[in-house]
Amino acid sequence: MERYTGKSVLKGIAIGRIYWYRKQQYQVVRTEVSDKEAEKKRFADAVETAKQQLAALYEETLTRVGEDHAMIFDIHKMMLEDDDYLDAVNEVLEEGLNAEYAVERAQNQFAEMFASMDDEYMKARASDIKDISQRVIRILAGVPEDGILADEPVIVAADDLTPSETVKMDKNKILAFVTVRGSSNSHTAILARSMNLPALVNTGMEAGEELNGKIGVVDGFQGEFLVEPEQELLDEMIHRKNQWVADLEALEQLKGKDNVTSDGRRIDIFANIGKVDDADGALAADAGGIGLFRSEFLYLGRENFPTEEEQFLSYKAVLEKMGDKKVIIRTLDIGADKKVDYFALEEEENPALGYRAIRICLDRPEIFITQLRALFRASAYGNEAIMFPMVVSVAEVRRIKEIVNQVKEELLTEGYPMKDVELGIMIETPAAALISDELAREVDFFSIGTNDLTQYTLAVDRQNQKLESICDTHHPAILKLIELTVKNAHKEGIWAGICGELAADTELTETFLAMGVDELSVSASSVLKVRKAVRDL
Amino acid sequence: MKEFRYTINDPVGIHARPAGLLVKKAAEFQSKMTINGNGKSADAKKLIKLMGLGIKQGMEITCQIEGEDEETACEAMLNFFKENL
Repeated sequence: MERYTGKSVLKGIAIGRIYWYRKQQYQVVRTEVSDKEAEKKRFADAVETAKQQLAALYEETLTRVGEDHAMIFDIHKMMLEDDDYLDAVNEVLEEGLNAEYAVERAQNQFAEMFASMDDEYMKARASDIKDISQRVIRILAGVPEDGILADEPVIVAADDLTPSETVKMDKNKILAFVTVRGSSNSHTAILARSMNLPALVNTGMEAGEELNGKIGVVDGFQGEFLVEPEQELLDEMIHRKNQWVADLEALEQLKGKDNVTSDGRRIDIFANIGKVDDADGALAADAGGIGLFRSEFLYLGRENFPTEEEQFLSYKAVLEKMGDKKVIIRTLDIGADKKVDYFALEEEENPALGYRAIRICLDRPEIFITQLRALFRASAYGNEAIMFPMVVSVAEVRRIKEIVNQVKEELLTEGYPMKDVELGIMIETPAAALISDELAREVDFFSIGTNDLTQYTLAVDRQNQKLESICDTHHPAILKLIELTVKNAHKEGIWAGICGELAADTELTETFLAMGVDELSVSASSVLKVRKAVRDL
Repeated sequence: MKEFRYTINDPVGIHARPAGLLVKKAAEFQSKMTINGNGKSADAKKLIKLMGLGIKQGMEITCQIEGEDEETACEAMLNFFKENL
């Protein structure tokens, strides 16, 4: 058996024969032509044919997958009308060289331009340039397009797939995609997601045609591609696949249903998101709102602080997507363990107990105020709530509220429209849980962050694998702290939710309902699973 | 010559789809149009260069329009940006 790992695009399992998709790699030969003008005409004709093919592909994709994905072929057609591209080809033709070679040279020139950009999305556009160029070269050389030559549905494995290769394949013949290269932004990945097919990209596997006809398993949960697994493992995977399909069908039925137990107790189930686009997944999963929008994505992976305008636009985008549904945005939660160079944080012996989250915000209010301004400006566009991480004292909350009021006053005088915003805090330190009675008088809601609460309560570093056996997330101490927090919240008439990993732990769903937890915020993929657990009670 | 500034709202920036639409819109006018942003500039009627600017959310672009129909073109382009980007 061979085992490869890759980046999983869709959590699912596919089992079947492998079909190695071999590109008809046409070897371009550089030759000199005697009649430059005739060669230019030959190129122009090939471009015309390519554009006709693309128009047909556009129509076909439009009916099969939808406008969003069909658009790429319209773009390809426009690329073939682009003067810069045509000029680049014609320049080589002017030297008296053959059209195939001229197109290949233009392809390399433009693909390089995209590949060198520092933006993953744009890098992936290099494959669009290759796609259109190879199409023209195939037409020039009279090489036919290749499809899948299989009678049964197969796992399509390939070095990489272009958008037109992916969409051209007969969906009924595909169980999954596995590619050696490619990113999760590639069209293969996007299309696989929209066709609901498991796919692994960027496996880096050194394999090729020898895979043809072998039995393969694509495990999108583990991000693994198994080739010719032993019978025992294969049986297990078949079992898991059947289970997955059955679960999926059962969960689909739950969309649009309420999160209510058979004896009438109900709970909100929201989704955790980490970037703007994730809101689409939350909506697709039928989440009741966003229970935790981590704002870190705005700060990570860049060289300077995000501006107020940038932040405002991101918050606004999510609020607008979610409509009336509540969106709880957590302010900056960055610390010495999450490295962001421009924050210029010092190295710490003990980052988890160090300078992080609200501690940074209160110490460097200019960072905090920029974020709060963006948040309150965005509040006009939906149902926004804000929460603050890593609180340990009442004094911190009062300081936060002072700054919040100052920001709101400023915005008011500047004439910005704002809506009422619920203010809450994360309960993720034992200290906060133990004084939750006092904290409850200061805020509108609590959200219990069980990941940090577990780490701080049990004094266990969750990254340390040696401590896995001690890291008992069901430890009575943690459950007692949660219960205390919820009780104190309700005593002061505010609500309490859970947004850590524990919220999706269906073994505890009943316990949480019994405690009176008002909301659970889980990953989009767990929303229906937790809804099922609630409805089964 | 007419000119306007605009800050990109779209979370992905001038990516393939809006770039395609932008080129189509620009082609409706005779005026020459140049988009400047991210330290580069491109002819608004040329798709590949336009995508090559790598304009992302939050970046400010300027659009310069020069030609006989620059008045109407400027208004139409600004509206296009507001609606699509």
